[in-house]
Amino acid sequence: MITVNNLNLSFGEESARSQVLFDVNLQVSQGEIFGLVGESGSGKTTVLKCLAGLFNHWQGALEIDGQPLAHCIDRARCRRVQMVFQDPYGSLHPRHTIGDILEEPLQIQGIGQRQQRVIAMLEKVGLNRAWQTRYPHQLSGGQRQRVAIARALILEPAVLLLDEPTSALDVSVQAEILNLLSDLQQQDNLTYLMVTHDLGVVAHLCHRVAVMQQGKVLETLDVPTLVSNRASMPYTRMLVEASRHATPVTAH
Amino acid sequence: MTCSIPAVSNASPLLDVRDLHVNFVNGRQSTPAVRGVSFQLGQEKLAIVGESGSGKSTVGRALLQLLPAKARIEASRMQFGDVDLLHATPARMRDIRGKRISMIMQDPKYSLNPVVRVGEQIAEAWRSHHRGQQAAARQRALAMLEVVQIRDPERVYQLYPHEISGGQGQRVMIAMMLITEPELVIADEPTSALDVSVRLQVLALLDDLVKARGLGLIFISHDINLVRRFCDRVLVMYAGRVVESLAASELDRAQHPYTQGLMAALPDLDHRRSRLPVLQRHASWLTE
Repeated sequence: MITVNNLNLSFGEESARSQVLFDVNLQVSQGEIFGLVGESGSGKTTVLKCLAGLFNHWQGALEIDGQPLAHCIDRARCRRVQMVFQDPYGSLHPRHTIGDILEEPLQIQGIGQRQQRVIAMLEKVGLNRAWQTRYPHQLSGGQRQRVAIARALILEPAVLLLDEPTSALDVSVQAEILNLLSDLQQQDNLTYLMVTHDLGVVAHLCHRVAVMQQGKVLETLDVPTLVSNRASMPYTRMLVEASRHATPVTAH
Repeated sequence: MTCSIPAVSNASPLLDVRDLHVNFVNGRQSTPAVRGVSFQLGQEKLAIVGESGSGKSTVGRALLQLLPAKARIEASRMQFGDVDLLHATPARMRDIRGKRISMIMQDPKYSLNPVVRVGEQIAEAWRSHHRGQQAAARQRALAMLEVVQIRDPERVYQLYPHEISGGQGQRVMIAMMLITEPELVIADEPTSALDVSVRLQVLALLDDLVKARGLGLIFISHDINLVRRFCDRVLVMYAGRVVESLAASELDRAQHPYTQGLMAALPDLDHRRSRLPVLQRHASWLTE
């Protein structure tokens, strides 16, 4: 469903040039939840932004659903791929109502029956039609993330890119959002590519996972291998150990 | 020694808070944020956990009187060593704040001054409580950067906050808060903006410093798993009240359904569940 072949990306020119992605290769099949883990600065989010069309000067080949992605963002691409951002406090327009936020993609795409679609989508993510007239500041963090997910899903994309969708949320709200994501995925057989640094979330939701460090994919493995500590790379095993025994003592 | 109620010979605990109430007053409307919180703190690591909006940060800020003017703080007792925090004058509070009690904020990105070099910010914390020359403060700041395990302190001293990573930023914050050698540190989610691997380093550092200097630490967090391994005692807050207070080692035997719910909601690496149990809140928790 998603194919990333030899993806390279760098910023700056000449002497100030710094390469941030080095030959990244990923294969995600239809209906799979694929995790990307690694520390901050390892390039996980950058891969997502290339796929979403937010960076366009990448080199290599990106394919979604067998069709190569161009170096620009167009309407057809938006209907295939959508992204949910990390921070629900920053990703919703503060002066647009929830209804406006959800309707805008439909307007751009020229899709009719907008009102019904917005209401149906709100219900799908566990909100009701009364929320339409509210502004983001009137919502809690978990509710905002529900709106962000609704906005991503309103064009009925097959692929959803999730950039740490729960890291800004509390433990109890995180559980609700993870359940919601897993329900939506099963209902519509969506494909998720999810960036996170929380291996607990990976173990809960994902089928397979790629570990990134310094712009390279170290290894790709399935989740049972990851949690049973049979990863081949020492860095991966260190990450697993770190999340399992978060005692300060092991850090020495 | 870590003991919540010190022996009689040992005089009073470091901090004694009884029946703390914080209300935000807006005209005639009064919104309670903290409703009757009591705890004592010795030289130990005390965690306050709860969801956002449960009032845990408000407790921390009330201790330092960092709340806005519309907050009304009431308590039957708020004693820190020989100081009555409840009736301290603003001048007295300025003396205590930063020097004897300091607070590590959640996100270094927003809590450091973006246009001042980080080293100067650390030195400033020292100079605002001690007379002395700039050079002496600089030496102290450099030494402190070394204590928080920053490689090449001379270079980092000269950097601006946007030039350092999140982990470094949090170390700088810790250095700034510990340079005055406080007796009590309030850490408000000091690691929630950090990665797993960096988080461990920062926690290890805090742990060492608390042990080496015999500080009292109030650790505010929503991560109950982290707290269980790091702290000595845990207060669980819900809607402005402490619903449960217990030793961190006994969290497995937590009685209150809210504490149990918080722990069950965490995704677990070793026990995969098809659905995570979602917290069911009961109205009775508000009053019980």
